[in-house]
Amino acid sequence: MSDSPTENPSSASARIKVEALAQRFPAPDGDDELTVFSDIWFTINPGEFVCLIGHSGCGKTTLLNILAGLATASDGTVIVGGEEVVGTSLDRAVVFQSHALMPWMTVMGNTAFAVKSKWPKMGKADIQKHCQKFINLVHLTGSENKKPSQLSGGMKQRVGIARAMAIEPKIMLLDEPFSALDALTRGSLQDELLSICSETEQTVFMITHDIDEAILLADKIILMTNGPEARICEIVENTLPRDRTRNNMHTHENYYPVRNHLIEFLVNRSASFQEELSSPDYDPRHPPVVGPTAESPGEVRARA
Amino acid sequence: MSLPLRTRAVILSVVLFFAFAMLWEVSLGKGTGSAANMDPEYAALMGATAKGASAMPGPLEVGAQIWDHIMDPFYDAGPNDKGIGIQLGYSILRVLVGFGLAVAVAVPLGFLIGMSPLFYRALDPFIQIMKPVSPLAWMPLALYTIKDSIISSVFVIFICSVWPMLTNTAFGVASVRKEWLNVAKTLEVGNFRTAFQVILPAAAPTIMTGMRISVGIAWLVIVAAEMLVGGTGIGYFVWNEWNNLSITNVIAAIFFIGMIGMVLDLCLSYLTKLVTYSE
Ligand SMILES: Nc1ncnc2c1ncn2[C@@H]1O[C@H](COP(=O)(O)OP(=O)(O)OP(=O)(O)O)[C@@H](O)[C@H]1O
Ligand SMILES: [Mg+2]
Repeated sequence: MSDSPTENPSSASARIKVEALAQRFPAPDGDDELTVFSDIWFTINPGEFVCLIGHSGCGKTTLLNILAGLATASDGTVIVGGEEVVGTSLDRAVVFQSHALMPWMTVMGNTAFAVKSKWPKMGKADIQKHCQKFINLVHLTGSENKKPSQLSGGMKQRVGIARAMAIEPKIMLLDEPFSALDALTRGSLQDELLSICSETEQTVFMITHDIDEAILLADKIILMTNGPEARICEIVENTLPRDRTRNNMHTHENYYPVRNHLIEFLVNRSASFQEELSSPDYDPRHPPVVGPTAESPGEVRARA
Repeated sequence: MSLPLRTRAVILSVVLFFAFAMLWEVSLGKGTGSAANMDPEYAALMGATAKGASAMPGPLEVGAQIWDHIMDPFYDAGPNDKGIGIQLGYSILRVLVGFGLAVAVAVPLGFLIGMSPLFYRALDPFIQIMKPVSPLAWMPLALYTIKDSIISSVFVIFICSVWPMLTNTAFGVASVRKEWLNVAKTLEVGNFRTAFQVILPAAAPTIMTGMRISVGIAWLVIVAAEMLVGGTGIGYFVWNEWNNLSITNVIAAIFFIGMIGMVLDLCLSYLTKLVTYSE
């Protein structure tokens, strides 16, 4: 850990490999175990923006907590930059499902708390300057001295994002950061996140429920089946060009193929996946990769 | 009525006060010479106070006495005749020392108990048994072991202040939101910094509430404790004035005890406000 902000947070050390991951909890009644998910394999490459989609309760937050190092998996490993994850790291910043700001600290205080943790020897003025940069980035200039209780829901989420970005992590892990917001606020925050991430080539793993959000932000969308015993069903590559915006993306010819593919998954396949699972073609280590386009809407392109 | 609620409340307070004073004055039946109807033997026992008037003073007498005390609170004319300011000072000092010691013990210990579910459960039965014991029940034990009445009264204050702070601190620390601890964990914040910058501010309002309860109980208990051990303090003053049959001074002392209790509570409620956060 160096004591000054680094220039390029995205490098080979930001590659995430998830191997044979499983999580089991003791069932509330008997001595039986509840398997939330098992045999999960996927890779996230440096600079990639990956979204995870799945129904409520399938284990998305559990998976993210394991990636963050907040929880330990029952089986399998997570490898980040060639090293196995044991415990949390300042290289992986988390934006929590419920903003998780400290209510007794101001916007500046919350951000500075993170910055001080990363660079303990940084001077007061430098911390202030560094935090200000990220507060400006999420358009909260002028609200530095407000407490979270004085902010709207969207502003709180933005502080959570500023706090995560301010430590210049190699990887950002976001747990449904915008799900509690109205559509308008969500849209503008998506735009902000998109521009920030493409500028910094940030590696991002984000959980979402919102299909359009995934199409706008993600390079790759991981589909998780319903729990218990959830699996990775498929990895969908986003076939829309990377310069897509919220306003123009649905005019692209690939938009509806991708969108329909995702909806089809959420509505039908996520529940009836057991049949696909038993087919000899399915290998949990290499889930099918599809890239729906106007010409070939649902064809398997490769295996990861 | 167009006056603000606050003003109306003040007016009503003043009216109620005068109504109460009037009722008090009238109920004494001053000037009718109640001693005349008294059993002569009892009147003889009551001595001079019974001559021509009730031993019960009226509001004006009490007011005058309170005024006298305020004008000269710190005189010292021997062990049984000290100004009320000196006596209150002794009591406040004992409460602050006993309470301060209790803070020094209860807050760190409560912190540990709150952090460890094992300790929380293991110590719970002891705390539950000790908490409802009247602190005065400790007095003989304290006198026997410490053999000093002043330190014993401080000990009694300590023991009655400790429990509310201990339980509140442990509860406040144990119920710090998991997500704040997770934030600290993902930022690799050390234990020491997490304790002081996350857990302490998060639990501070609960801890302060415990302190406020403690100081209230301590102020209740000191009067009784000083009646028992004697010597100095406002509790001793009340008991001494009762022996002198000066009901006027007893009532004046009640007034001062109430005032100081209110001030102590206001101080702690102000401190509580400083650490309270809204979510
Ligand atoms: N500590 C735990 N002990 C027992 N069961 C747990 C624990 N944590 C999570 N679970 C179970 O694991 C499953 C997945 O929970 P998780 O919070 O990961 O779901 P999710 O996919 O994030 O859902 P949502 O979209 O609603 O946030 C749930 O059925 C939940 O009951
Ligand atoms: Mg979740």
